Amino acid sequence: MKKISVEVNGKKVTKEIQDHTILSVFIRENLNLTGTHVGCDTSQCGACVVHVDGKSIKSCTALAADVDGSKITTIEGIAKNGNMHPMQEAFKKLHGLQCGFCTPGMVMSAIDLLQNNKKPSDTEIREWLEGNICRCTGYQNIVAAVKEAASKM
Amino acid sequence: MASLVGSRVERKEDKKLLTGRGKYTADVNFVNQTFAYFVRSPHARAQIKKVDITKAMKAPGVVSILTGADIANDKIGGLIAGWRIKSEDGSDMKVPAHPPLANDTVNYVGDHVAVVIAESLDEARNAAEIVKVDYKILKAVVDTKDAMSSDQIYKDIPKNLCFDWLLGDRTKVKEAFEKADKVIKIDLINNRLVPNAMEPRAANADYNPSTEEITLYTTSQNPHLARIIISAFNGVAPENKLRVIAPDVGGGFGSKIYPYAEEVVCSWAAKKIERPVKWVADRTESFLSDCHGRDHVTHAELAVKNDGTFLGFKNETIANLGAYASVFGTVTPTYLFGPCATGVYKMPAAYTNVKAVFTNTAPVDAYRGAGRPEATYTIETLVEKAARELGMDPAEIRMKNFPTQFPYQQTLVHSVDSGDYVAGLNKAMELADYKGFEKRKRESASKGKLRGIGLCSYFEACGIAPSPVVMMLGCGIGLWESAEVRFNPTGNVTVFTGSHSHGQGHDTTFAQIAADQLGVPIENIEISHGDTDKGPFGYGTYGSRSLTVGGTAIVKACDKIIAKGKRVAAKMLEASVDDVEFSNGEFVVAKSNKKKTIGEIAFACYLPGTYGEVKSPLPEGEEPGLKETSFFDPANFSFPAGSHICEVEVDPDTGETKVVKYTAIDDFGTIINPLVVEGQVHGGLAQGIGQALYENCHYDETGQLVTASYMDYTMPRADNFPDFNLGFTCTPATSNPLGTKGCGEAGAIAAPPAVMNAVMNAIGTEISMPATAEKVWKAYNQNKKRNSEAA
Repeated sequence: MKKISVEVNGKKVTKEIQDHTILSVFIRENLNLTGTHVGCDTSQCGACVVHVDGKSIKSCTALAADVDGSKITTIEGIAKNGNMHPMQEAFKKLHGLQCGFCTPGMVMSAIDLLQNNKKPSDTEIREWLEGNICRCTGYQNIVAAVKEAASKM
Repeated sequence: MASLVGSRVERKEDKKLLTGRGKYTADVNFVNQTFAYFVRSPHARAQIKKVDITKAMKAPGVVSILTGADIANDKIGGLIAGWRIKSEDGSDMKVPAHPPLANDTVNYVGDHVAVVIAESLDEARNAAEIVKVDYKILKAVVDTKDAMSSDQIYKDIPKNLCFDWLLGDRTKVKEAFEKADKVIKIDLINNRLVPNAMEPRAANADYNPSTEEITLYTTSQNPHLARIIISAFNGVAPENKLRVIAPDVGGGFGSKIYPYAEEVVCSWAAKKIERPVKWVADRTESFLSDCHGRDHVTHAELAVKNDGTFLGFKNETIANLGAYASVFGTVTPTYLFGPCATGVYKMPAAYTNVKAVFTNTAPVDAYRGAGRPEATYTIETLVEKAARELGMDPAEIRMKNFPTQFPYQQTLVHSVDSGDYVAGLNKAMELADYKGFEKRKRESASKGKLRGIGLCSYFEACGIAPSPVVMMLGCGIGLWESAEVRFNPTGNVTVFTGSHSHGQGHDTTFAQIAADQLGVPIENIEISHGDTDKGPFGYGTYGSRSLTVGGTAIVKACDKIIAKGKRVAAKMLEASVDDVEFSNGEFVVAKSNKKKTIGEIAFACYLPGTYGEVKSPLPEGEEPGLKETSFFDPANFSFPAGSHICEVEVDPDTGETKVVKYTAIDDFGTIINPLVVEGQVHGGLAQGIGQALYENCHYDETGQLVTASYMDYTMPRADNFPDFNLGFTCTPATSNPLGTKGCGEAGAIAAPPAVMNAVMNAIGTEISMPATAEKVWKAYNQNKKRNSEAA
């Protein structure tokens, strides 16, 4: 067992966890933040993407113990004062989601893209999102939503 | 109030899904919950000699281990085939028993042998590893084409043949072929696919000993069907003691239409141990045990005249059912496939013969399009080949054979109520700049790329389905749909639908319909689905049926609300019922200014009588309350149709193929929400292009699934696609008051042939799906070598 202290969506938490607890399990089960989803077991689908110290990572492939002392942001933590993040707004406006399962990871990944590249081209968006699989949308409206968000951020 | 039907209304369900507040089955937890892990067969075919749980039972945290013997002892019934298909000789189909936990044999890798239930998932998984199963390994039957001549899997099923089915007239076809100038032949494989909804399947069953009720949360497209099967066939609990809830569901695409072994076992086990039992598939389990799609081997022939007129068609298909006959497994390659086999064309004579075989692979069932993509791929690649062999333009040969008079009695089954195929193809050619292709081809060539163009014109039978028709064809259930419209006393509305939304946007589109019908603001309308304890029985979502069948049920229930509202308004306004008109949410007495809003009427219905200022009389004999239910059974299928044009660029040095331009013109009849419909088309296209270029489910010769993870199975990614160009034509359906036809499957139906025709056009030779870089490179270079040797 190991005790870790992290800041999650702006709140400090300290929890006792097993050494092998995966970050996605820690977020979903220990913190009950079920917006972070797990869609595969090979770091391919990206439904589990969260931000650790501002950078997007696949939480299914990190140990919770390894992020001790970090700031974690999950999909539940990006709306401010009840207003959705511009990326969330853009996904809604342009129908960038259908079943919603890949969406949290997709949104978190796309936000990180804009932190690195304020005005990405279609190709840059599609290449960045290569690590996030969506089975519903055919990606077109997701790409459009990321561009829309870029214009608003 | 402006009509909402036809408007790009942003989805009501999005906010919760975008903020992480969706609630999927894996997010549901109960107090005192246990965790299930399934012991699965590592062999494709084996006899179970012994299952030894002694050591595993002593492992830390283990609560219970249940096996096939326990299932048999408790008389839990097997999983079922929902459609009974008869062979050409009149005999019934042959299906093997399918116990939820295997009893004496296992028949595919992933087949369920035992379930370990423990205090934690880790403990369940660890104990599952030490359940000792003694197998006698048998030779597996894997290949679709060879299944009939391989070892017999089941004692009572010779040649591994489930049925040998015929639709059509062999004699007429023979006569037609005798008159042909030319016969075009094709041999095809429709590659096996894994549906791969992003949310893995899951179940969480809670048993309440005081009420003796089981509540099952499950990843289902069809919770009512899950309940009736688990109750009536598996015998786990009576229907009134089984509540099935499909909360937010992360995609289905056919793979979540019916209950699987895991739901049955979790429900039964929860009752047995009197504790909640939770199971969530990991992705490899999903690959192994979700039903797969397609997997046909087809020989087809088209008889033509030299001018391109079609005379006759035959389709000889072997369809792989996998190890067991799944719920829609037997209808997918028959009545969902055969009637569409002749495509959109006038075809004087045709038959489809399907031999459905069992193999030691996961069961095959409906996957987006279900039968219609397989039918369309065959006819559309064959038509394209006919055009090449006759030296005709592929658009011209299609135009020549389109029916132009509607209703059109299609060759094999359907009476198509409406359509305009000529307009659809013309519009596609215009939007795709068909005439400009040669110029674009030269531009590609200047960059060293081979450019190809491919067409597909399709029609499909959706709006599944008229119950008397499907039951006559062998369906064990009706396929009507229900709706209940419930006015609450304060004037807002809850609409219950028996269909289920798992990405399709019903919360929004169905609310648009109800808002228009009732004149109530859309914000005041809630769509409720997915809980068998809330709304009436329904048949769920698949086959592009929800809007056309379920949406119509909403319209019919609204009609009943309005009829009652008129009676109440007439009494309150002291007018004759015949003089009361309803529009925009108001009951108005004709030629007067007397009126009541629908909200006032709803209030009056709930509070009849006089109380201070409130005076709410009801007509004599009228019951209080305002809630109406409709069960709508359609008179006909609906028939979406369209033409798609694809352009690809192939790199001859690497074989890499990219879709560079894709144009889709679809006729879905009336469109309720273009935003949602475009999304449905995009998603279908991605799956169709995925089948054509990337995806392939591969078993090796021993029956091991080689493509059992996202490292091995090529899921299409964002950088695999261009932006798609969409357009629509509209001939409203005549079989439902909305005029809708269904849009969910079109992309997955039309894209594979459009893409493959483009690839073959680019490289000048035939190639099978998926057209991976390696296959394209080989095919192109072999063809080049053949051509240079010939020259």
